[in-house]
Amino acid sequence: MVETSAETIAADAGEEISEVGEIPQSKLIWMRFSRNKLALIGGVGLIIMYIIVGLGPFIASNYYRHQNQDYLFGPPTPLTFIGPDGRLGLQPYTFEFSTRLDPESFKFVFDIDRDTRVPLELFVRGDPYSMLGFIESDIHLLGIEGEQRFYPLGTDALGRDVFARLLIGGQVSLTVGLVGVALTIILGSVMGTISGYFGGLVDDVMQRVIELILSFPTVPLWAALAAALPPISRDFTAVHRFFLITVILSLVNWTGLARQLRGKVMGYAESDFVMAALASGASDARIIFVHMMPNASSHIIVVAALAIPGMILGETALSFLGLGILPPAVSWGSMLTQAQAVPVVVEHPWLMTPGIAVVLAVLFYSFLGDALRDAADPYSI
Amino acid sequence: MISYIIRRLGYMLITLVFVTIVGFFIIELPPGSYLEFHIQSLRQQGGDVTPDQIQALERRYGLGDPVHIRFYKWISGFPRGDFGQSFQHQRPVGELIWSRLGYTLLISVATLIVSWGIAILVGVYSATHRYTIPDYLITVLQFIGLAIPNFLLALVLMIFLQQTFGMRVGVLFSREFRDAPFSIAKMIDLLSNIWVPIVILGVAGTAWTSRVMRANLLDVLNMQYVQTARAKGIHERKVIWKHAVRNALHPLVMTLGMALPGIISGEVVVSTVLNLPTSGPLFFQALIQQDMYLAGTFLVFFAVALLVGNLLADIMLAGLDPRIQYR
Repeated sequence: MVETSAETIAADAGEEISEVGEIPQSKLIWMRFSRNKLALIGGVGLIIMYIIVGLGPFIASNYYRHQNQDYLFGPPTPLTFIGPDGRLGLQPYTFEFSTRLDPESFKFVFDIDRDTRVPLELFVRGDPYSMLGFIESDIHLLGIEGEQRFYPLGTDALGRDVFARLLIGGQVSLTVGLVGVALTIILGSVMGTISGYFGGLVDDVMQRVIELILSFPTVPLWAALAAALPPISRDFTAVHRFFLITVILSLVNWTGLARQLRGKVMGYAESDFVMAALASGASDARIIFVHMMPNASSHIIVVAALAIPGMILGETALSFLGLGILPPAVSWGSMLTQAQAVPVVVEHPWLMTPGIAVVLAVLFYSFLGDALRDAADPYSI
Repeated sequence: MISYIIRRLGYMLITLVFVTIVGFFIIELPPGSYLEFHIQSLRQQGGDVTPDQIQALERRYGLGDPVHIRFYKWISGFPRGDFGQSFQHQRPVGELIWSRLGYTLLISVATLIVSWGIAILVGVYSATHRYTIPDYLITVLQFIGLAIPNFLLALVLMIFLQQTFGMRVGVLFSREFRDAPFSIAKMIDLLSNIWVPIVILGVAGTAWTSRVMRANLLDVLNMQYVQTARAKGIHERKVIWKHAVRNALHPLVMTLGMALPGIISGEVVVSTVLNLPTSGPLFFQALIQQDMYLAGTFLVFFAVALLVGNLLADIMLAGLDPRIQYR
């Protein structure tokens, strides 16, 4: 059924498709894609991640830069569903606690009063924030009325909400991949197409440049370039730095796409539809953009999807080493720098949560990329 | 074959020239170099430092000269083993990097061998047991292995080893062997420490290579010559290992050249986390301190290692596959 319709589509290309027994290619791709359960997990997981991260300031109970001097390295707020009347309910409670300095170890000790329950409430007023660039508010999804604050993942060395920073850091870490891949696609497809289409000297030079870039190990090269970026100041903001880091990441990544696209374009150059276009007097630009690019588009999408995890991992490694995203900006990698010393992690394991977020994001993107690769060629078995 | 190798060496030399240009570009990149900073602080100290010394420094690195002369001054030291001065450590770069580079290469090559050995076995197993529960389990592990950043794995393993076994991670030699001359006991001591970075580095590579191996072998198992071999009644183990696996290995060897950059990248990051006495910590320290002659030279030598690795991979491929002809 599927095979015959595929043949009919190929035979009738350009003519009106009859209504019986035909499945357009786009639908074939979707059928194949949605059959893959892992891809569905990856896709849905990523959508949820992006929504949570996008609404981060609202979902988190505190402003990500608020420092709570009385709750340094504070553990996650304990929760219970057993109310003051001793019955299990849907209303979550936490306990009242107080902080005191242990005179012997000089560490803060948090005394939790297990008898006094404080209800956790929805839509509580707290730190003011601005979200998505246009929403100004101070209402948070979950919180505690009064002085006490709610820290679902504890606090870091400066008493800042790890959960809030995880969401704000995710905005950086999850967009690095997207922006970087956009740049990669632009650079890679322009260079690859030019190289494959015109050939000759242009092609030779381009191939040598790619070989040169590939003869360096990626992370050290990225690090060397990132080390040359100026420190954050009024003229060179965290946003500038973020953008230049993505440029650096895609500066290496475009080579892979360019090479594959060059091969594709060289293949198309021999094909009948390009010959026909040439014979009817189409310009180079028209042949490239109208005839070749649409054919290569599924390929480009697949390469792009498979490149995103590498970019996320690259940013994380750079920021972890102190060469990527720098404070006051925050990313998952820069959060993990706090977790470098073993004793710190052992005593405050919640500082490792950004690592879990990285692994999840990369995993979801890999599922998605794998499924896209299988689906892009719906006629294969 | 020999003429092919000679031609490849010629290409390598040309690439090498460009590699050093990139390396120099990196050295020149940061605004306000460590050298200028160094000279400034020398000037401020006044007394102890004679103007001659500063002038000698300026002449050595061609401060104030145009770029191409500065580049020439840097590169002309290479044949003599002079790669410039590390201002942070107050020692010549050449002195600092050799032993560290050696350990980086040792760990990288060992990782490559170990992870390939495991990956081929795992790949063959999951290809011959396709769609069974162990195969699914391996697939899940492969995905996770590729998704964990290697520095995170290093952190987790470091904590685990220290908490459960009290093992001191972050050394290559125990204290009593550090300055000891070469001996069997010293080698054993090295082996008992070096497996930690190898395991950490090997995870991603093993995951990736075993996936490729599985796909390759599945392709090959559909070939007619495999069917023919089976039809002739050859033992299944021999069919797999002699007929199928040998042919499934070629695409893998072709990716050898691409595997090495990843491993060296990983080694540099992981050794920084574990604080091993290899290139990693020194390289990143140099970058953060903008001690650029040290960082640039490291980068050039990483590239040299990769170029040599690529050449070796190509020669190996020729040995493995007689069908490949070199012009």
